[in-house]
Order: sequence, then C-alpha cells, then structure tokens
Amino acid sequence: MRMGSRPLFVFAVLYVIFLYAPAMLLPLFSFNDATMIAFPLNGFTLRWYEGLLGNAQLMAAFKNSLVVALCAAAISTCIGICGAKAVTHRKLRGGKAAVGLIMLPLVVPSIVVGISLLMLARHVLDIELSLWTVGIGHVLLCVPFSMLVMMSRLEGFDRSLEEASLDLGQSRWGTFRRVTLPLALPGIVASFLLSFTVSLDEFVLAFFLAGNETTLPIYIFSQLRFPSRLPDVLALGSCILLGSCLLVLFAEWLRRRGIQSAFSRGI
Amino acid sequence: MLIGEELTSIYVEGNADRYVGEARGSRSRWVSRFRNSESVRGYLLLVPALLVVGALLLSPLAALVALSFASQSYFDIDYTPTLTNYRTIFAPAAEPVYFLGIPFYLESPIFMVLLVKSILMSLVSTAAVILLAYPMAYFLAFQVKRGKVIWIILITLPFWTSYLLRVFSWKIILGFNGVVNSGLVDLGIIAQPLDFLLYNPTAVVITLAHAWAAFAILPIYVSLEKIDRSLFEASVDLGDSWLKRFLRVTLPLSWPGVAAAAMLVFIPTVGDYVTPTLVGGREGIMIGNIVQSQFGKANNAPLGAAVSIVSMTVVAIGVLFFLWISGRRHGTER
Repeated sequence: MRMGSRPLFVFAVLYVIFLYAPAMLLPLFSFNDATMIAFPLNGFTLRWYEGLLGNAQLMAAFKNSLVVALCAAAISTCIGICGAKAVTHRKLRGGKAAVGLIMLPLVVPSIVVGISLLMLARHVLDIELSLWTVGIGHVLLCVPFSMLVMMSRLEGFDRSLEEASLDLGQSRWGTFRRVTLPLALPGIVASFLLSFTVSLDEFVLAFFLAGNETTLPIYIFSQLRFPSRLPDVLALGSCILLGSCLLVLFAEWLRRRGIQSAFSRGI
Repeated sequence: MLIGEELTSIYVEGNADRYVGEARGSRSRWVSRFRNSESVRGYLLLVPALLVVGALLLSPLAALVALSFASQSYFDIDYTPTLTNYRTIFAPAAEPVYFLGIPFYLESPIFMVLLVKSILMSLVSTAAVILLAYPMAYFLAFQVKRGKVIWIILITLPFWTSYLLRVFSWKIILGFNGVVNSGLVDLGIIAQPLDFLLYNPTAVVITLAHAWAAFAILPIYVSLEKIDRSLFEASVDLGDSWLKRFLRVTLPLSWPGVAAAAMLVFIPTVGDYVTPTLVGGREGIMIGNIVQSQFGKANNAPLGAAVSIVSMTVVAIGVLFFLWISGRRHGTER
C-alpha cells in the first residue's frame, strides 16, 4: 500500500494513546499526595497503598472475589473444554447453531441477565442470594470465553494423533490423558486465566446476585459515593488493572506459544 | 483476536447456506449418523455448555417474561396473569409529551422516552466507535508488516480490564474538580471549572464510545484480512482511484465485519447500567437505570420485567431489520 501510510500510522498511535490514557490516570493519581484528583500534582506518596492493607472490609471483599473467580474459572473451563472438543473434532449437525447459542451471554445486556437470574433465584427457586449465586452467574458469562479460547486451541489439532494412540492400544481415557491433554494444556491454562479475570472484574451480575455479600467490584462501586475515599479506590484500581493485565498477557503468551510449538513440531 | 473472529463468523457471515447444506440428505442417513457413537459422544460433550445456557439464560428469560405478566401489590407479587404493566407503559394520553421534537402520546411516557433516548445515545456511541475503529483495523490489516501480534494485544488488552474502573476513570477526567478542569485552570485557560462536562448524555456517549472501542476493531480487521488481495490489483488495473477502490471493493467486502462490530457495541450499550450511573447524573440516565430502580427502590419487579422485555423486543427488531438491510446490500453488491 503506497497511499497514505504515514497518516494512518500516526492515527494508530494516537488511537492507542486514547485507549490507554484514561486508565493510566489511576496509577498516576494513586501516587499523588492529595485527596482531590486534580492538577497540579502535589508530591509522591505511598500512603494510599499502605491504607489498603489495613482495610478489613476490602480484604474480605477481595477474598470473596478470589473464591468466586477460582470456582467460576475452574467450572467454566471444564465445560469449555468439553464443548470445544465436541464442535472442533466432529462434524456435528447443528454444531454452529449450538456455538451461537452458547455465545449468547456475550451479546445479551448484562443487566437483563442479572435481573432474570435474580428473578429465577428469588421468585422461582426461592434461593437466598449468596456468593454461590454470583459464582453461578459468572459461570454463564465465562463459558463463552473459555469455549472461544479452547476452540482456537483445538482447531489446529490433528485428530490422527488420537486415532494413532487408540490404534496402539490406549484406552479412551489414556488417550485423553497422554495425547489430548498435553496438547491442549496451554489453552486450558489460558482459558482458566481469562475466565478468572472476567469473573474478578465483573460488576453488574454480582451487583444483582450478591445479596448481602461483597465482591471487589461491588466494594469499589460502594466507595465511589464518598469523595474522601477516592484515593483508596485509585490505589486499589491500579493494583487491579496491573493484576488483570499481567494475567491476560500471560494467558495470551501461553495460548500463542502453545500453538507455535505444536506447529514447529510438525503437528 | 479470537473474540472478533468467532463472533463475526457466528453472527454475521451467511451461515444459513451451511445449515441448508447440512439439512439435505435423507432420513436414513440421519438415523445411521445418530447411531454412530462418535457423533453421540460429540453431542454428550456439548450437553454441559448447552445446559448452562438453557438453565441460566433461557429459563431465567422465560421467568422474566412470566413475571412481566404478574403485578406488584404492596410487598407481594400477585401472579394472576394481567397486562397491567404493559398498560402502564403504553397507556395513551390525549396530550403529547415532546422529546427531541418527537411527540409521545402516552400517560407515563418516561419508559418509552428513556428507551428512545438510550437507543439514540447508544447509536451515536456505536457510530463513533466504528468510525474510529475502521481506520485502525485498516492500518492493522494492510500496513502493519511486522509485530502485528503486538498491535493486536495492545488493542485487546483494555477489553479484559475492569469495565467499572475504565468508566470510573472518565468520572475523574470530566468531574467538576477533575483532570480536565483542574488542568485547564492550572494552565490559566479558564478561570472557573466548567460544570457541563460531567453528568449529562454527552459524557455518557463519550465514555461508552471509549469503553467499547476495543470491541469494534477485531471484527472489522478480520473481515479486511479475508479480502482477496488480487481484487485490489484488479480494481487499480481497471483504473479506479484509491477512493473508488475503497468505496467499491474494500468497504463492501468488509461490511460483514462492520455489521458485526456495530451489533457487538450497540446491543450491550443500550442496556448499560454502569456508565449512566457513574457519569450520567440525572440528565444522562438510560433505560437500564429505570429497570434497576424497579427492582430496587421503586420495588415493582413485574413492571421492571415488562420494561426490559419491551426494550429487548424493540432492540431485537431493530437489529434484525439492520441485518436484513445489510444482508440485502451485501448480497446485491456481490
């Protein structure tokens, strides 16, 4: 392409800056020694971060979020592995339609998912709201993500390897454990980490389904009403952003590295 | 990468012909296929995922529809089927209420007015997202030779980070004592902070456009990548200018990606709750806020259910109409 290569490059750089700049303000002001989030900057401090460690409410919310995210990620990854294996390895009638259906939670507004799950729990099944209901809601949201990750991982996967293993006398389980699992492992870890991140950061479903419990995003949301608490939110938010970025980068690295090594081995 | 690609192929590109192809074939083949243990095992593997969607999305939605025909009497819900909630939303009035010059002949116009307002705000955000994303996707597809992966990761990374925090960052940018105001005052450009930045529909539209930006690039990028490059050469050889080539080859062929991107941004943003709550203030509220308030403070869950059913139906009809139009367009230009 000869035409207009420079302007588009400049646009792309500006676009990426536009994407990142707002979020970068969080870490910037989290080190600022002032309650007001305003220029000019006042001086460097770590006291907002120190405040986080002593905050019992925050730590409880963090622990809740961790538990929910671990469970939701584990369950949805198991479901995602099975589903992805079904649609990538076999020519199933209606397989595409099934995938479309499973991806539905990604396009339905989460407030609708939230209130309808709330209705199901409270008015139909009469279950008390708890971290369980949050976790169940998050499984619904995480399954599409882990399906997508696992599908992309299993698509370049040669079925003849499994057939060879079966022909050579391995049982179905042995084949799964010795052939399928090792090849799919990077994808499984990637799916787990991405689902974990999605669940950890999810607010709307948790907001409707948590009852009296608090998860990290709910805690943050409740703190936004108090201007004096904003610096704490900035410090906490910076930690969360950093943590999510590291998790996602690691997951992406795993997913890609796995695919490349499978290809380079001639698989 | 992954999300854009899969969702484009699932929701936009003509899967219909594939289904038709699959549906052909005689009944006996179907029976023998079903007996084939391989495919039975395949279906069994799909069961957990389908159960999750069925039990946690479809059946709750059915419960929501059912609830919309119940009614609230003080602290209890009366499950006798009634159209009260729909009557509340659509009850006609003799005198119209005007919103943006559109007359609403309704007794309590707030629901429909808010729905129209949410759709308009969401449309503006979607248009802004697409207009900004297209050049970026074009750059990524045609001009990046090395380090494509790095660009793609750079663009998708914000998508995975907390939506709440990304929206919150706009609150501190636009606030009365926020970054923009204090920066401008500090630089001596304005004497008093501007109070029209936050808590209005414009703030919501800007925040939505920013928060959903990453969603639009990938579907468009994928559809641009798929275009056969020899078509460009043909177009240039036949004397098309750059602009003509873009309008007659590039844009029509990447249209499925644009349509997918538009849907991926439009549908969730209409019902967004976080953004209008944090940066919208009283003027910037959207339909999601009123639904939430019916389930919370206003304590009329059946009405809230009816409002969300009406909103989803309107949005679904709009989206199907858009897909039909763009499908026809796409079909004829091929």
